[in-house]
Amino acid sequence: MSMVEQFDARSCVLLRLGERRFALAAEQIAELVAPSRVFRFAHRTTEIDGVILRRGRVVPVCDVAERLTGNKLTSRRFYLVATLKRGASLDWVALPVSGECELITADLTPAGESDSPHVAAWLSHDGEVIEVLNLDALTPVPADRTAQTHSGSPEAHA
Amino acid sequence: MQFAATHKAPHARTEQIILFRCSTQVFAISSASVQEVRSVDTLAGSPMEIDEASLPKVRHMFRRGEQNLFVVNGAVHFGLRPSPASLIFLLRKSRTALLIDGIEKMTTMTRLQALPAAFCHEERAWYRGLTVLDQSVIPVVSHEGFLTPDELFLLDALVSRMGVPESAAVSEMGLGL
Repeated sequence: MSMVEQFDARSCVLLRLGERRFALAAEQIAELVAPSRVFRFAHRTTEIDGVILRRGRVVPVCDVAERLTGNKLTSRRFYLVATLKRGASLDWVALPVSGECELITADLTPAGESDSPHVAAWLSHDGEVIEVLNLDALTPVPADRTAQTHSGSPEAHA
Repeated sequence: MQFAATHKAPHARTEQIILFRCSTQVFAISSASVQEVRSVDTLAGSPMEIDEASLPKVRHMFRRGEQNLFVVNGAVHFGLRPSPASLIFLLRKSRTALLIDGIEKMTTMTRLQALPAAFCHEERAWYRGLTVLDQSVIPVVSHEGFLTPDELFLLDALVSRMGVPESAAVSEMGLGL
């Protein structure tokens, strides 16, 4: 295997959203979990459905299916819990998926200038060309990342 | 015989909170942020009506000492379906009185988790964070998040134009916390 091939081959997780498959870099994936109770409270971030609890951590649920496929998921089979490193912080997000996920190794083709911001790269698998997702472009992020803490106890922890 | 000194784990820091209901949802607020709890009935007749189209969550104000206190309807503030409110929280070190449906209970929280960064709109000002109680996630409101400085400025300007009648003054009776 040449150096170029070694550099381009990446582990990715294939996920299904309705009829289409997408991919995420495997290093972004924390776990795949069965659907659990979604806690909903008042907020104005329309991309976020609610939050789930995973080992005491509150993880926002972001349904990206409508944005990627034009249709909301009719059934949620799993939550793919992914992490996003933004500056010094590590954000967690749960992506509802409608089918099994698969870990593969594939050669990636970098996204071109004409590709949508949510496309980080492309890969080819089983005769299908699949978008490798750029989660930064798909999940909302506040302009001001200043952590909101409170002077009293207990303190806010991410 | 001497026993080794028992190692005591440091006490988890706790904070007393009030769980309250607005419309169909439950929120938490630090009890230290609530100066008084009043029944809506105790304010009957005294508040002055506010009609500012850009601020539908504020429909009344009353005068307390030297200050104008603005009554924020919690359900409207959070974008929930309006429901009959029965109680008012007078918030400490604030010019906000919060109209709520009712109190669920008082309890303590041991951990306040930051609101995940994915929440990126007004809720970042609304909440100090989230806490987990009985396997449920409860948003903990910030007592400073109900009216922004700009909204207070707008309301003050409106009130100064209208003038405050004597009847808008409210006594200091209530359920102190």
